[in-house]
Amino acid sequence: MGAAVRLDNVTFGYRRHPAVHHVSGTFEAGSLTAIAGPNGAGKSTLLKGIAGEMRPLSGEIALNGITRRDIAYLPQIGEIERSFPISVLDMVAMGGWRETGLLGRIGPDILKRAETAIASVGLSGFEARPVGTLSGGQVQRALFARVLVQDARLILLDEPFAAIDSRTTADLFAVLTRWQGEGRTVIAVLHDHEAVREHFPSTLLLARECIAWGPTGEALRPEHLMTARRMCEAFHDDAPVCHVGEGHA
Amino acid sequence: MDWLFAPFAEPAMARALAACVALAFGGAPIGVFLVLRRTSLIGDALSHAILPGVAIAFVFAGFSILWMTVGGLLAGLAVALLSAATTRVTALREDASLAAFFIISLALGTLLVATFGTDEELLHILFGQVLAMKEEALLTVAGVATVTMAALAVLYRPLVLECFDPGFLRGAGATGALVHFTFLSLVVLNLISGFQALGTLMAVGLMMLPAITARFWADSAGGQISVAVGLTIAAGFVGLVVSHHAGTPPETTIVLSAGVFYLVSLIAGPRGGIATRIVHLRHLEA
Repeated sequence: MGAAVRLDNVTFGYRRHPAVHHVSGTFEAGSLTAIAGPNGAGKSTLLKGIAGEMRPLSGEIALNGITRRDIAYLPQIGEIERSFPISVLDMVAMGGWRETGLLGRIGPDILKRAETAIASVGLSGFEARPVGTLSGGQVQRALFARVLVQDARLILLDEPFAAIDSRTTADLFAVLTRWQGEGRTVIAVLHDHEAVREHFPSTLLLARECIAWGPTGEALRPEHLMTARRMCEAFHDDAPVCHVGEGHA
Repeated sequence: MDWLFAPFAEPAMARALAACVALAFGGAPIGVFLVLRRTSLIGDALSHAILPGVAIAFVFAGFSILWMTVGGLLAGLAVALLSAATTRVTALREDASLAAFFIISLALGTLLVATFGTDEELLHILFGQVLAMKEEALLTVAGVATVTMAALAVLYRPLVLECFDPGFLRGAGATGALVHFTFLSLVVLNLISGFQALGTLMAVGLMMLPAITARFWADSAGGQISVAVGLTIAAGFVGLVVSHHAGTPPETTIVLSAGVFYLVSLIAGPRGGIATRIVHLRHLEA
């Protein structure tokens, strides 16, 4: 197994203020990694960067044997317009865009795959329901089903279990584990350390910069968590433009 | 029944009805998308924006369908582009920059027509002349409806995604701005088409009222589009018959017919109308 994503001294920021600082490291192909850390640690920013939604201010993100088309990025659930009248089946079938293109017809084979995906996330019988009538947990199940149809090699999830009950969370973790078994690389942003310990073999602990990155038990050691919390408390929005020289790191 | 259908024996009435049918197939789906995107007022703004283009064409070429269409299209697209660009490079948000540009457009257009034309001509541009539609005007309306339906058939999914899940659209490699601008072009095109029949002020009425009304009758986007098309045709028919017998101006009567459908649906519409709040149906039992 080689590297799927390599971060080489990457810094992301908004208006020149760095939000994620000089991070370097590797997500192995076929690995299941959590990005953990306190609020405002830059977790979502880093994920957006890997998804290609944001360009780094400096440094480089190298995707190994993966193009942007192979990435499925699931942002936080608030970013979709749930009042739009679209059925669960239509929404999930849109995951087939790699085969159909954005304009092509969605054929019976993709519809069949969408139905299978809907069944495997436990939403059978909901195919014709408008997305707006689903609960938060059901929407998240449907979004997972769309990723299943997408057949992506790199899957990026931003807080996929926020405000979701334990049964749905357990079902969706089963999907995550299945993805890993199929050799896909999964990176998920999570703030719940218990869930990370239970389900993720490796963890990147982030607090504006990389505090620890490795096997979860090692990365989430109490002293690392203390450091992470202190780093985020010390940071404030008036922080000067990054003063760490490029030679650092 | 004679009083219902006999008026359409007159060629002018038949043409006017044909124009309304064509407007229904072009404008109604566009209106539904505007409602779904929560930008119902954009149609209103852009309908004012086309006025100076129409006016300049009118000043130089008189009531020429071709030049007024081209002029209106250029002016509408210019305002759409300028306001989008202003939003990106200045502190103004899109609603504010659009409002500023369309008000300037409206004033400039009115000034041009009032200076170089007569009051009657100004009224014709603002409120239309649906009973005096020339062959070319009718062909323009039909052509725009055809182009719109073809464009929507091709762009339907990106348009849905741009409203529903723009992040996913970006991930699929499409440029949201391009989809957005193509859609705005279709809005302008359909306003120009509506202008041929109903004038710049009334055109937006027949685009938006049925689309907004449709929300009370159907859940899915496809269902809302079908209802809106039907309502637009019905408003054209009812408006023309009523104006024929009552002697009222046909353009405003058509738009007011659509307005009556809206008011009725507001109360009686099964999808969230006022009546559904008053009449509590027993919940379904398992």
